[in-house]
Amino acid sequence: MILGSINPAVLMAALMVAATPILLAAIGELVVEKSGVLNLGVEGMMIMGACVGFIIAVNTGSPFIGFIGAALGGMALSLLFALLTQALMTNQVASGLALTLFGLGLTALLGQSYVGITPPRTPKLDLGFLSDIPFLGRALFTHDIVVYLTIALVGAVWWFLKYSRAGMILRAVGENHDAAHALGYHVKRVRVLAIMFGGACAGLGGAYLSLIRVPQWTEGMTVGAGWIALALVVFASWRPWRAMAGAYLFGGIVVLQLNLQAAGVRIPVEYLSMSPYLITILVLVIISSGKGRSLNAPGSLNKSFHASS
Amino acid sequence: MKKLVTAAVLSAALATPAFADTTKIGFIYIGPVGDFGWTAGHDRARQELQDHFGDAVETNIVENVDYGADAERVMTQMAISGTDVIFAASFGYGPDVNAVAGRFPDVYFQHATGYIQEHDNISLYDARFYEGRAVLGHVAGKMTETNTIGYIASFPIPAVVSGINSAYLHAKAVNPDVNFRIIWTYSWFDPALEADAAETLIEQGADVIMQHTDSTAAIRVAEDAGVMAFGQASDMVDFGPTAHLSAIVDRWAPYYIDRIQAVKDGTWEAQNSWMGFAEGVIEMAPWNDRVPAELQEEADALVASIAAGEYHPFTGPINRQDGTPWLADGEVAEDGALATMDFYVEGITGEFPN
Repeated sequence: MILGSINPAVLMAALMVAATPILLAAIGELVVEKSGVLNLGVEGMMIMGACVGFIIAVNTGSPFIGFIGAALGGMALSLLFALLTQALMTNQVASGLALTLFGLGLTALLGQSYVGITPPRTPKLDLGFLSDIPFLGRALFTHDIVVYLTIALVGAVWWFLKYSRAGMILRAVGENHDAAHALGYHVKRVRVLAIMFGGACAGLGGAYLSLIRVPQWTEGMTVGAGWIALALVVFASWRPWRAMAGAYLFGGIVVLQLNLQAAGVRIPVEYLSMSPYLITILVLVIISSGKGRSLNAPGSLNKSFHASS
Repeated sequence: MKKLVTAAVLSAALATPAFADTTKIGFIYIGPVGDFGWTAGHDRARQELQDHFGDAVETNIVENVDYGADAERVMTQMAISGTDVIFAASFGYGPDVNAVAGRFPDVYFQHATGYIQEHDNISLYDARFYEGRAVLGHVAGKMTETNTIGYIASFPIPAVVSGINSAYLHAKAVNPDVNFRIIWTYSWFDPALEADAAETLIEQGADVIMQHTDSTAAIRVAEDAGVMAFGQASDMVDFGPTAHLSAIVDRWAPYYIDRIQAVKDGTWEAQNSWMGFAEGVIEMAPWNDRVPAELQEEADALVASIAAGEYHPFTGPINRQDGTPWLADGEVAEDGALATMDFYVEGITGEFPN
């Protein structure tokens, strides 16, 4: 009797919204890792995007400009990572962790005077008759434009990596940077560009939280979404459409457990809430132990490149 | 030369008492002071404390301190750098406070909402949130039109559980058809999850949202969806001017000032204080205009009778969820039973989380 209060169409709609921020961050990180770089600073870049996007949207009154600002903010932070790991050859894992801490601290400072402010509203996309289709209309066609652009981005990344020449160069750099270098490709240039793309995507994901999903700015508001995005990339074995499926599955679990609880069904929430983090830890152990190869990991992932070696 | 030495001795003699009079106080917080909820409430009290004593106290804060090793490190650092009193403002710091207190017997520890007290330099203090929740329940029961109230809960600890039970009993008393839908987030602070939880509850018919989590996200969602909500720990009206009916506001300042005065007087002793409306540690935020005047009066009268000790929110007959009797007619719950409460009262649907 109580399950009747759950509307599957609304559930589907909610899971698309819940999945969008982590999917954005994950698709960016996927490209970064495909180029052979492991950037653990996703959480830091996300919170940076959430904060910068919010500040810019409030000051300009336009959520659209806010999203652009968020992408630039995430990118700016990722450039710091690029400088450290590509020019100064520092350890990628340590630099990524530092980036997360730095992002959390910096945004706490930047966002101080923006707590308690309402951001300009992002309009829902008007899809006309599509929204009136029974079930599917409510589930799929009642969202803001970012949800659809994110899906388009997944498709674009898939096409880029699989069919474009530039995408193949990026994959070559990630699989074997020495061979790519021998063929005359600029390993570091490719990697810096990939890192910047990853930063922009993470920034957009963060802004989706602060401008649409929550919508307000609160210090530390990403609460681990960046780490979930990282785990997602590995679970998708570095394949874009699988990352999307994973993000929707994760979003679905979150939304479904909330609905089941509200409907009064007893479920082990404590384990469900814990599971993304346990999986993330497991995944990080696997990557850093060098066993990632069997999971289809890029061959040069987490290895520094220097032309002399 | 001699004059110079005398002057130096004199100034040292003058300086010493002034130095000894400055009480150094450290605060550790689980969240950011900008959460506009729980941690903000403690930091308000710290500022009042500072204003009250002026130069006679020096306060320091550390935000976002995790339970466990992190908390132990921060408190140890405070203790070895000459802090006289440490306020640990979250439930989960219990083991850490006790570990550090054992090593620094000369430092006074004040642990909020805790229950472990292994050393005589630890005082525990807590607020009777269930008193405030009774008032919220009463108002929610009368204001709801769908007879469905959504409740966003954090962890199934006694303070949260007794709050749910108290709110339910008082909503039920004024509205027999009322129905609670409860979501546990297993987190004190996760704005996105709290927003999703609020949306889910509204989608399932709730038109009043209560929360025992610390972010302001649910108030925002309620405002956007055109339903009603209550703030948590601080007045959250800025986040939903239409939705926000009121909030239980924590006012720790009178207690903090009292305890520091005791330190200065040399009368500080380990205590276990559980304070409510009577002591002014919790109070209601101003009522929203949409709450009818007579309902505001009823609610204020409820606050007054609880504060005066005339009425206890847990007065029998009350049964447990499975129908077994808990309190007989007219029987009042003992503090011990409330401080360990781990069951729903009769009428709440949904299973109690283990």
